[in-house]
Amino acid sequence: MGVEGIGASVVRKEDKRFITGKGRYVDDIKLVGMTYAHFIRSPHAHAKVKGIDSSEAMKMPGVVAVLTGQQIVDDKVGNLICGWAITSKDGTPMKMGAWPAMAPETVRFVGQAVAVVIAETRNQAKDAAEAVVVDYEELPAVPDIRSAIKPGAPQLHPEAPGNVVYDWALGDEAAVKDAFAKAANVVTLELTNNRLVPNAMEPRAAIADYNDAEEHFTLYTTSQNPHVARLVLSAFYNIAPEHKLRVVAPDVGGGFGSKIYIYPEEMVALWASKKVRRPVKWTGDRSEAFLTDAHGRDHISKAEMAFDKDNRILGLRVKTHANFGAYMSLFSSAVPTYLYVTLLSGQYVIPAIYAEVMGVYTNTTPVDAYRGAGRPEASYLLERMMETAARQLKVDPAELRRKNFITQFPYQTPVIMAYDIGDFNASLDAAMKAIDYAGFPARKAKAKAEGKLRGIGVSCYIEACGIAPSKAVGSLGAGVGLWESAEVRVNPVGTIEILTGSHSHGQGHETTFAQLIAERLGVPISQVQIVHGDTDKVQFGMGTYGSRSIAVGGTAIVKAMEKVEAKAKKIASHLLEASEGDIVIENGEFKVTGTDKSIALPMVALAAYTAHNLPDGMEPGLKETAFYDPTNFTFPAGAYVCELEVDPSTGKTSFVNFVAADDFGRLINPMIVEGQVHGGLAQGIGQALLEGAVYDSSGQPVTASFMDYTMPRADDLPSFKLSHTTTLCPGNPLGVKGCGEAGAIGASAAVINAITDAIGNNKLEMPATPDRVWHAIHGKAA
Amino acid sequence: MSTVKLTVNGKAVSVDVEDRTLLVHLLRENLNLTGTHVGCDTSQCGACVVHIDGRAVKSCTVLAGQAAGSNVTTIEGISKGDELHPMQAAFRDNHGLQCGYCTPGMIMSAIDIVHRYSGKLDEQTVRHELEGNICRCTGYHNIVKSVLDAASRMKVAQAAE
Repeated sequence: MGVEGIGASVVRKEDKRFITGKGRYVDDIKLVGMTYAHFIRSPHAHAKVKGIDSSEAMKMPGVVAVLTGQQIVDDKVGNLICGWAITSKDGTPMKMGAWPAMAPETVRFVGQAVAVVIAETRNQAKDAAEAVVVDYEELPAVPDIRSAIKPGAPQLHPEAPGNVVYDWALGDEAAVKDAFAKAANVVTLELTNNRLVPNAMEPRAAIADYNDAEEHFTLYTTSQNPHVARLVLSAFYNIAPEHKLRVVAPDVGGGFGSKIYIYPEEMVALWASKKVRRPVKWTGDRSEAFLTDAHGRDHISKAEMAFDKDNRILGLRVKTHANFGAYMSLFSSAVPTYLYVTLLSGQYVIPAIYAEVMGVYTNTTPVDAYRGAGRPEASYLLERMMETAARQLKVDPAELRRKNFITQFPYQTPVIMAYDIGDFNASLDAAMKAIDYAGFPARKAKAKAEGKLRGIGVSCYIEACGIAPSKAVGSLGAGVGLWESAEVRVNPVGTIEILTGSHSHGQGHETTFAQLIAERLGVPISQVQIVHGDTDKVQFGMGTYGSRSIAVGGTAIVKAMEKVEAKAKKIASHLLEASEGDIVIENGEFKVTGTDKSIALPMVALAAYTAHNLPDGMEPGLKETAFYDPTNFTFPAGAYVCELEVDPSTGKTSFVNFVAADDFGRLINPMIVEGQVHGGLAQGIGQALLEGAVYDSSGQPVTASFMDYTMPRADDLPSFKLSHTTTLCPGNPLGVKGCGEAGAIGASAAVINAITDAIGNNKLEMPATPDRVWHAIHGKAA
Repeated sequence: MSTVKLTVNGKAVSVDVEDRTLLVHLLRENLNLTGTHVGCDTSQCGACVVHIDGRAVKSCTVLAGQAAGSNVTTIEGISKGDELHPMQAAFRDNHGLQCGYCTPGMIMSAIDIVHRYSGKLDEQTVRHELEGNICRCTGYHNIVKSVLDAASRMKVAQAAE
């Protein structure tokens, strides 16, 4: 089925509702009798809550309740959890302080909620919140990693002495020491991976609706994984048992990781709904998003790489400090460990790797997975290292990479990951050709004559997607299995519903997943409905993050479809009086090979449901379920090359060209895949040039709005030139790898490598603002 | 409270709102026109762009009362029945949207851009003009393509009229 099947750039089924204003996001939902919540948040980075006086607020119009942190603790709502256990080098478990949904005693970051006002209208809740008086006693704060680990620094949690959550390591320290002892050259690099704010365009929101007769809750929420939300709310937060809690994530306006987590606001809305016996709605505003959505990145690293006399890599040693903010968010512990260090081999043969990671608390917003999650940090470090090494060793950076590329697969890295397949030369070739790498020196000379500094930067990334084999992640400390489930329902008239545990918040699943059906069963995608995002409809699901939807969720659909096909073939062979082995499926017809006998899928479906004439002993119906647990991660990889110009008089960077050559395995819908790459590149370029969350010395965020935090705008970015190379993933039947994060993982190093090439100074941090670039050119500290 | 009378998507409406009500909230809360979105609180993101008397305006910067007597068009009001506006069709055909949250504002801004430049647009101009609309999903690549495509479709449609 070429037109709508695998490989067809079909326009998206879901688009019509979005372009006509008929999308249904959480804030678009109104329930009868709904009240509105407004949170009272700490203006201090670190303080004792001495008292909360809500007496004046309670007298204000429309106020239904003012609820405090002490009340939520008294009602035994559980503290927020971190779902991935990490063990320090010395064998001790990570050290965590308690995180209540609203702070009863101590606030540890600006924006942490201490109380909530519930009122008849949004404005009444806001007005009353102004009248709640909170008595704080300010405490000294630590706003960043360096101040947190200083001896004598203010302490956030008594459970974590020195503000250290864990001091972890992976790799062979002795082998790395040997590698450096015999090195002909050693290259060192210190760098920061700047803190980012995810900023999905739809702010988080929640509506909780408690039905006291049924003792049942419904939660509408902006989630990437509604079943995981229900699991955590039930198992750990004592909100309600799973069968008494329905979680619905309808249209969700972007996630990028930030909507994986179960946040205090959802917990409070549920708890408050039961308290006031009415639906409670909370819609975050952008300021709250800056203060409370889990941030991303925020590493400081030192790296050393050892080379032999032929410029082959002998070893890599890395020491990283990771900022967790004030509390341990749901998957935060895994990000700078198993999602970061495991990718430090990159595309290269590195015989020995040893990395140490110290995770620390600071008085800032909690940090967790943001698009790429650990892999951008690994890729940025490694690709800046390769560029730095090439300059120090005076060789072409592309050639240095080629010399060290892994070319034999499968390849076992020294840091857990076993790459199944790839062709790194092919993607680098494609990218270099697309940008005319050979012609760059002439272009640089011409630009110089015009007073501009032109640079070119390469970045060869690899990432691990399709997270993940449950047994493997379980052995590494994960609290959940990371399989996916699907159900394929063929209705009596032959239309099809796919129920998936994956969740689409922009990825286009309604189209891509329907194409899988079109390919196999020949059913037009208009006859296929994708159902997701509702725990009452879909049996279970682990959700969408880590570029896992097609490799894990898509494969689960294929597995369920294979079961449907097997049963349908049995029915068809019975009806056509042919041997089951002779039945083939072509364009929605079940055909007997070598004959003109056939029966269409709708007739097979009708037969399955009328059950008048089924093979002996066969159950009626045509609906099957599959749970799919992958056998390995998938390993998308590629090469990005950026060419740009710097104006030495202003430090302003202008793109000349940006090319991306990605290997995602088989592409189901190339148009959607390219859209994913565009968006990822924008976030990677945003990190490199524009974005960065900044706190002042007292822990006040100074970039907490779109006026202060520079989001990439249309005129900050170039048009991208994309191409694809293909090695099919051997780990799943579709041969797919995942494409959602690649751009964000690979882009930032390409940009910074290009700028440092242009200006001839390798010392440059992200975001490379004109101010920083100007100072890097003119030799004064930024 | 005040009574605000205005025309929304060709229909005369009269709405009682608090004086401090913003136009975006009148549209979303009182008229249930939830296609117009709120993406920020500093008038930066453009998710709330509507047309007031034919001009693109961020409806979060306008008090409902200021819109009294005017003609407001929202994303729900630009297609003719089942026939999409050329800008809507171009966004769909060029994959100019992903999560869809910024899309209504983008489309409303983009229509205004095409009108103001009488269809004479190039990539650089479109990128510059889209400064007031933030998208986090698409990297703008396909939004720019969509606007340029729609500009030529709108020109053709205009010539045909």
